[in-house]
Amino acid sequence: MTAQSLSVAALWGATILYAIAMVAYSIRLAREADAKVQAKRLVTAGGPAPDVSLAEQTGSAPLPRSAVKALGIARAATLVGFVLNGIGVLARGIEADHVPWSDMYEYSITGAFVAVGVFLIVQRRRDVTFLGAGVTGLATIALGLGLTVLYAEAESLPPALQSMWLIIHVSIATICSGIFGVAFIVTGLQLLKDYRDSGTPRTNWARGRALRFLEAVPKPDVLEALAFRLIAVGFVLWTFTVMAGAIWAEHAWGRYWGWDPKEVWSFVIWVIYAAYLHARTTQGWAGRKSAYLALVGFGALIINFTLVNFVFQGLHTYANAS
Amino acid sequence: MARVKLDNYAIEAAPRLGFKGWMRWSWRQITSMRVAIILLLLFAAAAIPGSLLPQRPREGAKTRQFLEANGWWGEFLDKAGFLDVYGSAWFTAIYVLLFVSLIGCIIPRCIAHFRAMRAPLSPAPSRLDRYRPKASGEGRRDAAEAIQQAAAELRPYPGWTGAITGYRVRIDERVKRGEAQTALAAEKGHIRELGNLVFHIALIGILVCVGLGAAFTYRGQAIIVEGRSFTNSVVAYDTFSSGRLFKEESLEPFTLTLNEFASIFSLSGRPEDFTAQVVATQPNGDWTATAIKVNQPLGVGDAKIYLQGNGYAPDLTFTDSDGNVAYSGPVVFIPQDGFYTSLGVVKVPDVTSGEQVGIKATLYPSAAGTGDGILSIHPNLSNPVIEFTAYTGDLGLDDGIPQNVYKLDEAQLSPVRGDDGQVAKLVIVPGQTVGLPDGSGSVTWNDTYRYAAFDIRADPSLPYLLAFAIAALLGLSLSLFGARRRIWIIATPGGDEGPVILVTGAALAPPHDLAKAKIELDRAMTKAKL
Repeated sequence: MTAQSLSVAALWGATILYAIAMVAYSIRLAREADAKVQAKRLVTAGGPAPDVSLAEQTGSAPLPRSAVKALGIARAATLVGFVLNGIGVLARGIEADHVPWSDMYEYSITGAFVAVGVFLIVQRRRDVTFLGAGVTGLATIALGLGLTVLYAEAESLPPALQSMWLIIHVSIATICSGIFGVAFIVTGLQLLKDYRDSGTPRTNWARGRALRFLEAVPKPDVLEALAFRLIAVGFVLWTFTVMAGAIWAEHAWGRYWGWDPKEVWSFVIWVIYAAYLHARTTQGWAGRKSAYLALVGFGALIINFTLVNFVFQGLHTYANAS
Repeated sequence: MARVKLDNYAIEAAPRLGFKGWMRWSWRQITSMRVAIILLLLFAAAAIPGSLLPQRPREGAKTRQFLEANGWWGEFLDKAGFLDVYGSAWFTAIYVLLFVSLIGCIIPRCIAHFRAMRAPLSPAPSRLDRYRPKASGEGRRDAAEAIQQAAAELRPYPGWTGAITGYRVRIDERVKRGEAQTALAAEKGHIRELGNLVFHIALIGILVCVGLGAAFTYRGQAIIVEGRSFTNSVVAYDTFSSGRLFKEESLEPFTLTLNEFASIFSLSGRPEDFTAQVVATQPNGDWTATAIKVNQPLGVGDAKIYLQGNGYAPDLTFTDSDGNVAYSGPVVFIPQDGFYTSLGVVKVPDVTSGEQVGIKATLYPSAAGTGDGILSIHPNLSNPVIEFTAYTGDLGLDDGIPQNVYKLDEAQLSPVRGDDGQVAKLVIVPGQTVGLPDGSGSVTWNDTYRYAAFDIRADPSLPYLLAFAIAALLGLSLSLFGARRRIWIIATPGGDEGPVILVTGAALAPPHDLAKAKIELDRAMTKAKL
């Protein structure tokens, strides 16, 4: 078995396992939400005076067996998928004989690895099972698209990329994408949850069955705090990415900043997240408005990775090794 | 924050703002956080068109093509600054406003922070009930002793990290509601604000450095053929640009000689390595022989030399109709694609008799196919072929208008035609001599050299820029990860029951940090309760 076939096989395995994990996490979330809704009903039906705070407290009603099983499957699939993903990335690096983040395919498989890694690290510190479906879903998409659309044969590095800054600059950029990806899911859940809980007539649709899984998701302010912590880490690392990129550009191209499309969009991402960090502590912007900014920031990140590589002409186009 | 209300005259009886009032109002608006956020978002949005449209400073040729292809719409975009976004008035306006807002925000905060760092801590509140998280318990020690223990737990740890991780502490012996108590107030978080201020000041530093750098910088491109030299002076450059405050005398007159240029391409033609072997000679005679690679520039004095491009320079000789050598030397061919299909121009003004001659040539390093179907299949020189067309007439060199050496001005030239009356496309390989069909001369291909294109640049602001960037990164980390917490612990003697004391404590921190604040509160409480 060559490194190349090992890498591809392991990554397909990881894709399938992430997909399984996503389904299992979704089932778990749905069951948990059902149990919570039921617990609330029991309380409201049983007592003469419905007490919301009591209903909240009894949220930890015993879960059906299927929910416990689903969580077991989800965790196992995520962990094994993560290991396979790691093997796939490593084998690709060995096959190409350079760090596995020099083109879009490598960037997406490494980015998926980091996103799941971030999730696993956060999971060790606090219970974030509710994020599982989103993160594994995102990883499934990244790996699936990578293997089918973005795949490129491993090639030797062109002279422009033969630098230690490739290891530093791009690895940190990849880690940032993973962190911002997880933060994006947290923020998305925060907004949905906020919407569902707001209780205005306009948001009635959000209280239907389709979004019932949100019952199992923490309160918006808890999600906001988590998203902020992730984005704070991501922002510092992104600042470093941009600075390291500038140093590398100075070294390779003789200018530290030239408004190349990749530089423009990296700058745009930085400014949007900077606006987010200011907004979340500003009256009138904290909460929902700042959360929208976080979503826009991730949108810009995706544009930077896709449109800028495919459509715009710039010095970074070798990242799309076709 | 007060709402923006422009219509100060809507209510008749309302006091008029007047000039000073309006100035104050404007200043308050511009330094408000909301305006800062809006300016940040505008800044991001305004940067985007620069990635969608061709930008004049970066890609001049493409911008001209765009203008030609888009008529009035292109004109309009050009006038509105969209073809030079980062130099446009509106982009400049946004970041100037942003930085004014930043400075207006930072200065008062610096003063406030300086005062806060020197101000004594405020004592613990008398009742801790309304704070979360809180803790309580009983101890069997003297109240003052218990509080001392808790304080020791919270005080700065030894070493430089203590300044970041430790607390400022204040202890009060006081009487509240007729009860004697010992109260501890501990606070940390100054490092957070300090980091925040350092970050923002460093941003201003970066902007100033960029501005100064642009004023003092110079940048030029020099093409050197193997075996030839280049002397660092403005006239020697192919292209040269410099900042407003740059002085020509500041160019260090070093000499750069290209001994050899080597490239390695993969079988499929992907570049794997470019190396220029050069000798750099300083004015005082010191010299170094070294290699310049794409990611490995050479520093000479305060300038740096970057390898930016390369190509082939066939050594051609043109012999005129009288048999005299009218031109001889390497001709720089500019690569047009990844396989180094390259275009070159030879201008021969000094013919002994007859009209001036110009040659437009295409080099195929690894030629395949013949006639019109000729193309290069690899960048290496494995089957080099030059296909060229000769022109006779007036090259237009005597008009005094500077000409592009890589372009033939065909206005007063006519192509040399073959016997069939068609424009003659001639093919030549190394070592060969090919005569023009009209007998106006012959071309000989003697040899092929490599050439390298170097960018030579000096920017005195770089070290300061790096220092500010590092300061910004450190400040940012401190401001985001430094904790801002307050912890209060009050110990009250238990009255008649002897040595028993009642200890209560509470912590105050932003929501995302409450869990950690609780851990520290508990740690201090454990010490107090012993």
